[in-house]
Amino acid sequence: MTLLHIERLTHFFGGLRAVYDFNLELQSGELVAIIGPNGAGKTTIFNLITGVYRPTEGRIVFKGKDLIGLSPHQIVQSGIARTFQTIRLFKELSVLDNVRIAHYARAGYSPWDALFRLFRFTAEEDRIRQEALELLNIFKMVHLADTIAKNLPYGQQRRLEIARALATHPDLLLLDEPAAGMNPAEVEQLMETILWIRREFHLTILLIEHQMRVVMGIAERIKVLDFGQTIAEGTPLEIQNHPRVIEAYLGEEAIL
Amino acid sequence: MQFYIQQILNALQVGSVYALIALGYTMVYGILTMINFAHGDIFMVSTYLAFFTSTLLLSIAAGLPPLFTFVFTLLTAMFGTALLAVLIERLAYKPLRTAPRISAVITALGVGLFLENFMVAFKPVGPAPRFLPPLIPQINYDLGGVTVSTIQIVIILVSGLVMFLLDTIVRRTMVGMAMRAISWDKFTVPLMGVPVDRIISLTFALGASIAAVGGTLYGMAYTIDPYMGIRIGWWAFISAVVGGIGNIRGAMLGGFILGFVEIFTPVFLPSTYRDFIAFSLLLLLLIFRPTGILGRPAPQKV
Amino acid sequence: MMHPVLKRWGLPLILILIFPLTIVLPATGLINPYIDLVLKYIGINIILTISLNLVNGYMGEFSVGHAGFMAIGAYVSSLLTVLVFPDQAGPFLFPVALLAGGAIAGLAGLGIAIPSFRTRGDYLAIVTLAFNMIIKSVLENLDIIGGPRGFLGMDKLTTLWWVYLWVIAVVFLARNFVFSNFGRGVLSIREDEIASGLVGVNTRQVKVLTFVFSAFLAGIAGGLFAHELQFINPRSFTILKSTEMLVMVYLGGIGSLGGSILGATVFTLILEGLRTVLQQLGISQEWRLVVAPLMLILLMLFRPRGIMGLREFPFLMPRSERPEALLEHKRRFIAAQAEKGGGS
Repeated sequence: MTLLHIERLTHFFGGLRAVYDFNLELQSGELVAIIGPNGAGKTTIFNLITGVYRPTEGRIVFKGKDLIGLSPHQIVQSGIARTFQTIRLFKELSVLDNVRIAHYARAGYSPWDALFRLFRFTAEEDRIRQEALELLNIFKMVHLADTIAKNLPYGQQRRLEIARALATHPDLLLLDEPAAGMNPAEVEQLMETILWIRREFHLTILLIEHQMRVVMGIAERIKVLDFGQTIAEGTPLEIQNHPRVIEAYLGEEAIL
Repeated sequence: MQFYIQQILNALQVGSVYALIALGYTMVYGILTMINFAHGDIFMVSTYLAFFTSTLLLSIAAGLPPLFTFVFTLLTAMFGTALLAVLIERLAYKPLRTAPRISAVITALGVGLFLENFMVAFKPVGPAPRFLPPLIPQINYDLGGVTVSTIQIVIILVSGLVMFLLDTIVRRTMVGMAMRAISWDKFTVPLMGVPVDRIISLTFALGASIAAVGGTLYGMAYTIDPYMGIRIGWWAFISAVVGGIGNIRGAMLGGFILGFVEIFTPVFLPSTYRDFIAFSLLLLLLIFRPTGILGRPAPQKV
Repeated sequence: MMHPVLKRWGLPLILILIFPLTIVLPATGLINPYIDLVLKYIGINIILTISLNLVNGYMGEFSVGHAGFMAIGAYVSSLLTVLVFPDQAGPFLFPVALLAGGAIAGLAGLGIAIPSFRTRGDYLAIVTLAFNMIIKSVLENLDIIGGPRGFLGMDKLTTLWWVYLWVIAVVFLARNFVFSNFGRGVLSIREDEIASGLVGVNTRQVKVLTFVFSAFLAGIAGGLFAHELQFINPRSFTILKSTEMLVMVYLGGIGSLGGSILGATVFTLILEGLRTVLQQLGISQEWRLVVAPLMLILLMLFRPRGIMGLREFPFLMPRSERPEALLEHKRRFIAAQAEKGGGS
């Protein structure tokens, strides 16, 4: 089943072309990676999918629903969650609150219930706390629930960001350079985590990554971007041997 | 017809003063993206500097040539006000340059109110309105039913000259270039050997001394009091926003637009509606075109 | 160790026990009218500080126009008690008048929330300032309500016990709001507005709720203020008033109810204490007005988060949110896990 369908996606910043004619067909359960040099437009694609920017042109259809024009929180509600290239946690808030905030859309009570602490409020709050703690438990972070997010070590912050994204109950998870700044051991663990959450939460994953080890290790399909345009597409093996990719992106590494 | 020409002349007179003050708001915003809410009160202090200087000068040495009294008062006010502005910048704003931007704005608001209330409580100034002694001989010329005073001519000419000079400084000199460079990029410009701290202080000094020109000219035509910083300052601030804050020519344009609003509101409505009109204009502009008439929109980065 | 019943009902019990005192003490003259007045001011300022703290401290938006909301509450409630309600019913309908004033102020808050969708930071500050100026200008031009001369004729309906009840109600409601899904949304906007939308927070809804609620509270405070002074004019609600609120917020601490209470109390006492000191020293009372701006500058420079910044007294939190409750939850989970680990 096609989960995400992107067609002729194009975006300009002023006169600068960030993304040009990007197409993607994502099947349910796939793990696809987008690679490309800095400034190739990868993060812009995530920003377009999640409604941060409105594309200059093109269509984005998710589960048969057109996403263009929806605001970010509506897109999250329809089942897309993401993480960020540079960690964007709610730094001054506790780990638990970071996860609970992601329950915003599914909290079933009104402002009146909250102001007067009516029954529905208490019941829902208990449920949200329970679910959030369970999720933290799965990520082996429950003992950190009351820690302020900015005090977590780097690797844990990355994990928390993924946990927070999962708290929105997504079908599609967009990971923006999850391995950035990690040491080899952490990267190894991250790859396991990604594969494991995919199984556990029945996710489809779209991944932006620089580290070839991650991409080649877990992606089933790879798209290569350069200057906003797709220059190659295929399985990890095909990409590794693709002449244009070697030239544009892997060039230096291949020589080394 | 004469009535309207007369009003246009009055609008130009008021507008020049607004434009001069608006320049200070816009220059600081341009370089630091910070709204210096104290600027209106710095202007107010400048009128008192002019007041004390000219009163003192005329009491100890009456009979000096008017041109000398005028220029001396103007320069003293400019210098004193510039000093005050640099002092405020160093003590109250500079420590907050790396803090959230809003901290500096709150501080500026505090500085402005401090200056105002200080001047009210400070005995030699006090809340009562005052007049500057006549610095230049006041002569009224009647041109076919339109009255033009020497003061009016001086205000419009001097303002025009100052604006022209500033525009030239910013566009043609190294200092101006450094200012524009810092406003583009606060992080890499220091690496290129531009003395950022000095340029920022200079911007404050320049903005304040231009406000002092406005203050001296204003004091020659109207009464002054410690509350005028808020009243006039806000109008000047709106001028800067209307023209496009951060844009020097925009500030001049905005000043004249607000001058026209001030003079022509009473033609159609009770004059007490002036503030209402001006602030509604500001509100509408902020909602529909926050970059003002000449400002360019800044792209949001995620 | 405290008895569990006392632990559960201790705070409400204390609050209930204090209530008769707020009636008896002023009535019997055990506290003199001046202290009565100062206590009322402290109460009104607590409400104002909480109101502004919701927007500036919790949400990290920036309003400098809250005196405008206060003005609306003051005028609307005064018009109701003086012109609309029958004379004898005044004291009974007083809460209705306050709620109405708060409601209209809340409506104005809705108007301010909408520009906040697109602008924030200093631009939003200007919007709120312009709003404050416009309100003042409108009041000055409405001759039916006294124009620049102001409006009078209110009975002194603001008694200490009314202020006391309103403060408790406001703290209670604000606490419930802050420690809810919506309150967490508010905090997330302060921390990172874009990330907030991208984890599913409806930021527009949160902003509307917060501005309306905050403006409502300022309106209530305005009504209490008007029926204490028995005279209001547009000049009571200028930027200086808004600045005083800013000082109280940044003194007590941003994002904290305890801080708001502390900030309002300390600031009011400082200003009143200064009145006496200046009188003793024979210095003009006008110097008092220099204090608020000066404190604001010093706070920003040396303690921008205030005394209680981003922290809260546990007794002002709902039981389920207190550190001990969270510790208990954690322990339960960790125990369950250990059990599972041991079993397999």
